[in-house]
Amino acid sequence: MKLVDSYVFLERLRELIYELLEFRDRIREAGGEVLPIRTGTPLVKYGFISMFKGGVIMDVTNEKQAEIAEEAGAVGVMVLDKLPYDVRMAGGVARTADLNVITGVMNVITIPVSAKCRIGHVEEARLLEEIGVDLIDESEVLTPVDEKSHINKWVFKVPFVNGARSLQEALRRIYEGASMIRTKGEPGTGNVAEAVRHMKIVNRDIAMLRGYYLSGDLEAIWLYAKENKVAYELALLTARLGRLPVVNFAAGGIATPADAALMMWLGSDGVFVGSGIFKSSDPESRARAIVLATTYYDDPEVVVEAQRMVSEKASMMGIDVRTLKPEQLMQVRGE
Amino acid sequence: MVKVGVLALQGDFLEHIQILREIEGVEPVAVKRIDDLKGVDALVIPGGESTTIGLLLSSRGLDTKVVELAEKGLPIMGTCAGAILLAAKVADRVVGETNQFTLKLMNIEVVRNIFGRQRDSFISTVRVENIGLVKGAFIRAPGIKSAWPPARVTGYINHPSIGEIGVAAEQNNMLALTFHPEITGEKGVYKYFLSFIKR
Repeated sequence: MKLVDSYVFLERLRELIYELLEFRDRIREAGGEVLPIRTGTPLVKYGFISMFKGGVIMDVTNEKQAEIAEEAGAVGVMVLDKLPYDVRMAGGVARTADLNVITGVMNVITIPVSAKCRIGHVEEARLLEEIGVDLIDESEVLTPVDEKSHINKWVFKVPFVNGARSLQEALRRIYEGASMIRTKGEPGTGNVAEAVRHMKIVNRDIAMLRGYYLSGDLEAIWLYAKENKVAYELALLTARLGRLPVVNFAAGGIATPADAALMMWLGSDGVFVGSGIFKSSDPESRARAIVLATTYYDDPEVVVEAQRMVSEKASMMGIDVRTLKPEQLMQVRGE
Repeated sequence: MVKVGVLALQGDFLEHIQILREIEGVEPVAVKRIDDLKGVDALVIPGGESTTIGLLLSSRGLDTKVVELAEKGLPIMGTCAGAILLAAKVADRVVGETNQFTLKLMNIEVVRNIFGRQRDSFISTVRVENIGLVKGAFIRAPGIKSAWPPARVTGYINHPSIGEIGVAAEQNNMLALTFHPEITGEKGVYKYFLSFIKR
């Protein structure tokens, strides 16, 4: 292809756009319907995720737990075969949940149903899309099949959420089409320490990029993008916004209302609670309390009220991250 | 300057606040507590999860205050989950009758998730009485199955798989939209809603 061919192409493209605009205006004048019904567009995906903000998405393994979650005020559930804690204890290969269980859950609750697929496992993702899952989590909790290349999420009609423990990871996932980001934390530990660490790392990098932007140093943003293997356009967008360009939830180790409120203070748009609820011995009241603490995180009185709804004796025992061997860490899967 | 409250318990309240901020003469405020309702001239109930917002509304006594103000004529607009929360009757397409909490302020019957799951969510342009053509995001959107006086349906969509269904309704000082004008940035909707505020 010659260079002039590309000029011709661009010229035609420009004409095409203008013709479409004129066509639209003519229809509008005539009072007709303009847009047909368009599904699966990026705006439909980002818009859906926006509705989760300020809410709690709870891990469940069956219909009974899903009903408890809905009644407690969850904005969504995540269906798994085993809770992250049990995945950790069971060992072996962790795969996507039983499709029959997912469909069962979809038939008994009215709130969105999410499910996890393995990192890089396009076929599991296709199956989940096919049965009508509302959100797919390409998750490090399951055993990765291709850590080097994540799923190309742009080709799906269903939105995806991905874990990240740094801004670079988050921007790479967004570049691959993720509609939502969550901290990785260290899943199934009941220990919020890693989620806090990841959120702070992301926040600091954003603050740094924002600083570059405000001082007009676009070259520094360019260098950041180059050094960290992220798209410059996304780094610049983040710098201009002063936050992640998509909704960002906290996940990995949240076990109490105070944990949830802490993550909200750190700037999370909402929280995922994995093992924290159904590995405790007071799931009903704990689920409700975490919902309350997430909404009213900035009101200590209400967080106290929420924290009083649970007993520390009933919290999941949890695991100190420092006692885990390097090969037991889930957060390092898929950078 | 008019003060417009946006219920900020859960959902996309930020999108509403950011659009309202761009409209001249409007001061948007986030409403989480009863005190936040003091001096508001109108209230927006945003999109989100209607079950979650309903639960939080009723658990902190905010519901009685909102109903009291609505009955005194406070203009209220509900989008998507907000429309569900205004409805007298709610059912879900798959699950059927839901016993979820709503404010029951408008005489409308809504069916949740009427177009299906998220993969069926869409963007389309609809004609709404008094507003005109509006581009709206229908995200796991409900439909308005029926309305009885003083409420009436003011906008319909003709959907290829489910046919004609109501997407907008009005009742005195209240406006229910089953789609999200805040996601597509349709300011015309807000300007019409703000005309409900009696000076």
